[in-house]
Amino acid sequence: MLDCGLDMTSTLNFLPLPLVQSPRLSKLPGWVLKDGSTFLDKELKECSGHVFVDSVPEFCLPETELLDLSTVDVILISNYHCMMALPYITEYTGFTGTVYATEPTVQIGRLLMEELVNSIERVPKAQSASMWKNKEVQRLLPAPLKDAVEVSMWRKCYTMPEVNAALSKIQLVGYSQKIELFGAVQVTPLSSGYALGSSNWIIQSHYEKVSYVSGSSLLTTHPQPMDQASLKNSDVLILTGLTQIPTANPDGMVGEFCSNLAMTVRNGGNVLVPCYPSGVIYDLLECLYQYIDSAGLSNVPFYFISPVANSSLEFSQIFAEWLCHNKQTKVYLPEPPFPHAELIQTNKLKHYPSIHGDFSNDFKQPCVVFTGHPSLRFGDVVHFMELWGKSSLNTVIFTEPDFSYLDALAPYQPLAMKCVYCPIDTRLNFIQVSKLLKEVQPLHVVCPEQYTQPPPTQSHRTDLMIDCQPPPMSYRRAEVLTLPYKRRYEKIEIMPELADSLVPLEIKPGISLATVSAVLHTKDNKHVLQLPPKPPQPPASKKRKRVSEDVPECKPLKPLLSGSIPVEQFVQTLEKHGFSDVKVEDTAKGHIVLLQEAETLIQIEEDSTHIICDNDEPLRVKLRDLVLKFLQKF
Amino acid sequence: AENEQVSPLQNLDVGRSCILVSIAGKNVMLDCGMHMGYNDDRRFPDFSYITQNGRLTDFLDCVIISHFHLDHCGALPYFSEMVGYDGPIYMTHPTKAICPILLEDYRKITVDKKGETNFFTSQMIKDCMKKVVAVHLHQTVQVDEELEIKAYYAGHVLGAAMFQIKVGCESVVYTGDYNMTPDRHLGAAWIDKCRPDLLITESTYATTIRDSKRCRERDFLKKVHETVERGGKVLIPVFALGRAQELCILLETFWERMNLKAPIYFSTGLTEKANHYYKLFITWTNQKIRKTFVQRNMFEFKHIKAFDRAFADNPGPMVVFATPGMLHAGQSLQIFRKWAGNEKNMVIMPGYCVQGTVGHKILSGQRKLEMEGRQIVSSPKWLLIDKACAFHLLLLQLEVKMQVEYMSFSAHADAKGIMQLIRQAEPRNVLLVHGEAKKMEFLKQKIEQEFHVSCYMPANGETTTIFTNPSIPVDISLGLLKRETAIGLLPDVKKPKLMHGTLIMKDNSFRLVSPEQALKELGLAEHQLRFTCRVHIQDPRKEHETVLRVYNHLKGVLKDYSVQHLPDGSITVESILIQATAHSEDQGTKVLLVSWTYQDEELGSYLTSLLKKGLPQSTS
Repeated sequence: MLDCGLDMTSTLNFLPLPLVQSPRLSKLPGWVLKDGSTFLDKELKECSGHVFVDSVPEFCLPETELLDLSTVDVILISNYHCMMALPYITEYTGFTGTVYATEPTVQIGRLLMEELVNSIERVPKAQSASMWKNKEVQRLLPAPLKDAVEVSMWRKCYTMPEVNAALSKIQLVGYSQKIELFGAVQVTPLSSGYALGSSNWIIQSHYEKVSYVSGSSLLTTHPQPMDQASLKNSDVLILTGLTQIPTANPDGMVGEFCSNLAMTVRNGGNVLVPCYPSGVIYDLLECLYQYIDSAGLSNVPFYFISPVANSSLEFSQIFAEWLCHNKQTKVYLPEPPFPHAELIQTNKLKHYPSIHGDFSNDFKQPCVVFTGHPSLRFGDVVHFMELWGKSSLNTVIFTEPDFSYLDALAPYQPLAMKCVYCPIDTRLNFIQVSKLLKEVQPLHVVCPEQYTQPPPTQSHRTDLMIDCQPPPMSYRRAEVLTLPYKRRYEKIEIMPELADSLVPLEIKPGISLATVSAVLHTKDNKHVLQLPPKPPQPPASKKRKRVSEDVPECKPLKPLLSGSIPVEQFVQTLEKHGFSDVKVEDTAKGHIVLLQEAETLIQIEEDSTHIICDNDEPLRVKLRDLVLKFLQKF
Repeated sequence: AENEQVSPLQNLDVGRSCILVSIAGKNVMLDCGMHMGYNDDRRFPDFSYITQNGRLTDFLDCVIISHFHLDHCGALPYFSEMVGYDGPIYMTHPTKAICPILLEDYRKITVDKKGETNFFTSQMIKDCMKKVVAVHLHQTVQVDEELEIKAYYAGHVLGAAMFQIKVGCESVVYTGDYNMTPDRHLGAAWIDKCRPDLLITESTYATTIRDSKRCRERDFLKKVHETVERGGKVLIPVFALGRAQELCILLETFWERMNLKAPIYFSTGLTEKANHYYKLFITWTNQKIRKTFVQRNMFEFKHIKAFDRAFADNPGPMVVFATPGMLHAGQSLQIFRKWAGNEKNMVIMPGYCVQGTVGHKILSGQRKLEMEGRQIVSSPKWLLIDKACAFHLLLLQLEVKMQVEYMSFSAHADAKGIMQLIRQAEPRNVLLVHGEAKKMEFLKQKIEQEFHVSCYMPANGETTTIFTNPSIPVDISLGLLKRETAIGLLPDVKKPKLMHGTLIMKDNSFRLVSPEQALKELGLAEHQLRFTCRVHIQDPRKEHETVLRVYNHLKGVLKDYSVQHLPDGSITVESILIQATAHSEDQGTKVLLVSWTYQDEELGSYLTSLLKKGLPQSTS
């Protein structure tokens, strides 16, 4: 199974979870059907023309009905965003296999999960709405609730014990480490350049190579650059996790981010940056580190609020081996690879586990707050939206591309606060994809259907789709795709003793053949050929006499024969071996060689020889061996 | 049979490591150490041994450095910049980070303080490090198309690694120095069951089975405590990185628990830097430190402060960690000279000392030391021996009255650990290096007894050749393999089934296919060889009754074979056909025609001889 992501856009259908009682949210009117029925008004609330579920937010799981997950042997994780559904899979589906991921992926993935669990668990919600999920009811709801897929499969967030249990099933791996799976295939993670520890995977046998390219980046940010060379010679390349915003240039977005931030603060407003606790935030902090002094922002406090803020900042400094060259070099000095260490030391950046506690004492405005969750449905960000939303001095800057910012803002409308959309998605765009595909030249490309047509909202942009030859094969949710590949060979080892016993014969120039009769041993999907055991010595007892009468033990097949018998030479050979009365008769297809005295005849044709003799076994064996001398064995 | 050659350039004592391995045509140099006990040419390995003429770069495919200790990497700049080598040098990230620091430190002591020339420069260290490629643990590094290497955790010092070197199906594992028991800051060495043809293991503690670490630690703390209590000074000579951190963690927690006030110092220079490296490379430490580092970083010490040279003369008790660890130069030696005369003081040697160093001398019981010094020391304990020495080099005698303790805290595997590693890796041969001959001999016997593998211990410059017998990888057509494994799955698996195929050898490729496919691929037709024999049987019955009798007879004898009686009156045994006709002259004699192809030769031949004996008397 490749990756185990969680679709969190489902949470956009829910009301935000406020950390502090929010009069505005609690006063929202219940939703009433067109016909005036009010039976859903406890579950659904209306805000500025949108309808939201008033319940604990729920997530859309990966497809689990299509196959029996207990038959999945291995899950390969490509980056920490793509493992968020892991506890649902490892704990509740009968899955007993192994999960493979790099160390940063696991450590930061744990932080993301911890933050998620924490932000949902610390705001206990009495209500768990389920009536609206009824198919008959869902039909009556306004969009987008009406069109939400598989709502019956949506699940509440997992708990920390489940997270810990899931993570304990992960086996840590390093880039370019070859991992044998059951002796049958080898998997190898490669740097994908997108995030700390993010990987593409090579899945290969001796003859077939499948590359799984997911969430890769060719831009130089903090992670180790993408390893492209190792993707060459793939039979199949599965391509996914491209940029969500193909039209936005990340560098331009960072510039816009900085200037909007500076402008707001200069005007006395606060800046809210909804973000994940790891990833792009490291790059943003690094940009700000270079920017704040020149922009005159040295006295503006930067706050990073997350239950895992401290851990995230600390962890970022210890993964030197997974960082880009520049950052690695710093560690050799030894200096911390990320400059946020200095921001913290100089008190420019402060981090807190939550808005409660120390933060409320230190809090000074105007300021810049980085906090989660980017969906604006839970986490400390909800508090700041409620707090700052009413003033047009403040700005919320969206940098994470996973959620539509308009949908994210919907339950906060009407909003006076400025909203700036600077999505920073460093993953591959379509120009980079076609460059990459030209470079690594896979035989076949497989990708999600969306990538094979222009985005629905920009149907004229035919440049925003994958363009390669042969055209990519696309897949959809719950669809089975057969790859155009036929396996023809497998590796087998010939033991040295057996190899020594082989007698190669040159059949054609440069081509030699040897017939092999050997015992096949197969263990852990590894095949070995050994010398056949010597026939057991007959025990030196009275039974000995009867040996020849024993039924032949196994069935030692003789090799196939090829070639033809030159009659004249054959007759000469017979005469040399003492047959004096050889007579040759021509037939339509060949010859008949007669041994008159022995009452034996040998029919010789182009592709066959038939020895017909009476009851004289030694004679038959002699003739057999003489015939074999003229033939090749296979 | 192919072979592997191992030539230790310098290793048959713990002086330094430098080993040359030739495996399947590839030449790899393992470690490039310097000998700390020599001050002349002998301190570097004799690289002219590798190639008399020709460049090292052409001869060596790569160089691998196992860890940052100078007896494993100290000759590297000399080797790459002064002798000349431009190929790749592999080491782990922490080793790459720390190694140049230690080289520079050693260079300073040698050149700046001792005034030696003909030594590598700072620039040479930098140029040398540019040739280094850093490797991750467990990453398979493809040095070239055939040669690959892979690092495993060794637990000896930060970043220490064992390396697997592999060419085709032949492989060697080189352990460098390793430790099989986790300690306060590092984890235990680990390797998978990689079954190398040869395991080259260090054997520093070949005969020692060390008592529990806990006892040693208690002992150490007790001695330090007692000395401090009676107002004495404790000198602990260490390498800046490695055991130093381990002992610092130990003392730090002890001071905390016992609420002790005596100062602990760590000789300046490398200390802070060293601890920084530990913080940044925390993923290389043990599980416990890694897990808790966000809350409390074990390498931020409260009680341990930076040492200043002037402190050595302060009255009262103190504990000082000073470099280098073998008391051969630098600050540790300076402090030792100052404190050696007082019986209240103590020096604790926490690691191995190379022959020729002051450390080694005092550990072997020597209490009167001849020392070289560049200035006349006014202390009355110094005795002028030779005035005529060049460069004002004076040989002085120092009497050691302070207590000398040796406590093995070096993170080397002991005999038990070495055996454990062999059990883990399951090598076909073992080669011992980096140990003392007598002890190695003992361990060699033990290994041969327990694992039944050959064990070697070559002398310096001696070449050991190990013959390997690799099996030959071949491509088998999936059709043939599936046919054969399907047969193998039949219930009757007691008898080994023979598999038949044809090996096609063409342009160095080996393919095993079914004979039919081989014929087809080569465009050849099969030549069928058939035999027909007449067997006469005396049986007056009608033909079809005779046939039935033959059928029943064969069925009874050939239980494992498919015997069939066909509607046309013939009998088949597998593919062998038997037909009966009455004799044209004698109706009492029936003629059985037995016909088979060469592929069924054995069975056909058996059948004719069986039928020749006639049919058994009817039981009816």
